[in-house]
Amino acid sequence: MPTKIEKDSVTGTETTGHEWDGIKELNTPLPRWWLYVLYATIIWSLVYYLLYPTIPGIAGLMGYSQREELVERMAEARARQAGSLDRIAAAPLEEVKADPDLLNFALTGGRAAFADNCAPCHAAGGAGRPGYPSLADDSWLWGGTLDEIETTLRHGVRTADDDDTRVGEMPAFGPDELLDQGQIEVVASYVLSLSTQAAGAAGEGVELYAEHCASCHGGAGEGGREFGAPRLADQIWLYGGEKADIVAQITRPSHGVMPAWTGRLDDTTIKMLTVYVHALGGGE
Amino acid sequence: MFSHSKIEQNVILMLVLILITVSIGGLVEIVPLYTVESTIERVEGVRPYTPLELRGRDIYIREGCYLCHSQQVRPFRDEVERYGHYSLAAESMYDHPFQWGSKRTGPDLARVGGKYSNEWHAAHMADPRSVVPESIMPAYGFMLDRPLEAADIAERLETNRAVGVPYSDEMIENAAADLEAQADPEADTDDLLARYPKAAVGDFDGNPALLSEMDAMVAYMQILGRMVDFTDVKPEDLRQ
Repeated sequence: MPTKIEKDSVTGTETTGHEWDGIKELNTPLPRWWLYVLYATIIWSLVYYLLYPTIPGIAGLMGYSQREELVERMAEARARQAGSLDRIAAAPLEEVKADPDLLNFALTGGRAAFADNCAPCHAAGGAGRPGYPSLADDSWLWGGTLDEIETTLRHGVRTADDDDTRVGEMPAFGPDELLDQGQIEVVASYVLSLSTQAAGAAGEGVELYAEHCASCHGGAGEGGREFGAPRLADQIWLYGGEKADIVAQITRPSHGVMPAWTGRLDDTTIKMLTVYVHALGGGE
Repeated sequence: MFSHSKIEQNVILMLVLILITVSIGGLVEIVPLYTVESTIERVEGVRPYTPLELRGRDIYIREGCYLCHSQQVRPFRDEVERYGHYSLAAESMYDHPFQWGSKRTGPDLARVGGKYSNEWHAAHMADPRSVVPESIMPAYGFMLDRPLEAADIAERLETNRAVGVPYSDEMIENAAADLEAQADPEADTDDLLARYPKAAVGDFDGNPALLSEMDAMVAYMQILGRMVDFTDVKPEDLRQ
């Protein structure tokens, strides 16, 4: 309980009147500097309230808008690169490829876009991984010219939301009962022999292959890009090159899906990506 | 009358003054919002989640995905260049609760829909390192084997309707059928797509025989950020 408020003789400050066992509490006022800082922040809050858009529908005296600032930043960045971007947008792909300045710019821009959008499936540098084709070799499912790569990028592969997407579907020879288990084994062996170029394969495998596979994959396993049918006469396998993998793929094939990038990426970025992918090693 | 010692010694006076002070703070924040019709942008295309997407979202929350993944592209150049158009309030108006988040150990997912194939999502969630070698995400392979529990799907839609999501009676009646149809490659999905435009349909997890938690999860991933078509959105539409 407060007792007697008195003046402390040492500091000259009044006590609060509280006393515990002879210990008295000084009623020291807040330091001046602290009070002034508090008042300054109150004044600053009023200034801030007027300058910035604190009331909905009123822009504030500075007219600041984060979304509009973003538009300006994007425009500034675009303007810095406008020289190259506009030329890439206007030029045919071959011209971009032929002009060293544009090529350099496109490769850099393409590399950045590739790392973010393509590498999750096709791996860094387009090295590919099982089920996702390598982009750095000479084996192309849908074609490796600049135009073909651009078409694949724009419209994707077997994607639901693009009418011009690339479509090709291998029948499920097992569940559809086109071939029985024994025949699938035979065809798989023949396909393996195609890939190793082993001579002397004959008999049922040749016939079954000719009847069921050759129309898409080609008589000698050269592949059919019209249908995205992989070349079989090489050692590049999308879903594994062991006989069991080939049997599984004939029985119930996996089909890769690639999104269509039109709309998600702008046209110039798609062109830069095209040039970048073409330059990864297998461009035709 | 407002001297320090007076206020400190009169508890009623102190209470009244505290109430007044706090009220001023509250009114300054709340009252200006009454002057606007809506804080949500007027854009086309945002719809309630399909039953399958909604279940996927439930699993997303159950597994705590939000602890590492945000769902909000902020209006900064670096984010817009990487992820796409910045997120709008309208895009999460049917999210209860929203999944904006404030921490990114993994990337933002607000616009992940359509960016990867279903196969990629299933492989990535089952074994993240199989497709992203440097990933530190835990594996969620069990979702491939776990049948999706959805006996109460109509009630889940109704619950969302109770908090303001405009599920129609038709949507609630067909909830169970829509849930099955979305993940069934053989199903007729015309009605589903009429009710829920842009929904991704088909088998999501690579196993058409089982409607798994992975199906729901991937279906949810594939709609994120795709509802609004930004090609015909004008800046003035985005004013709040």
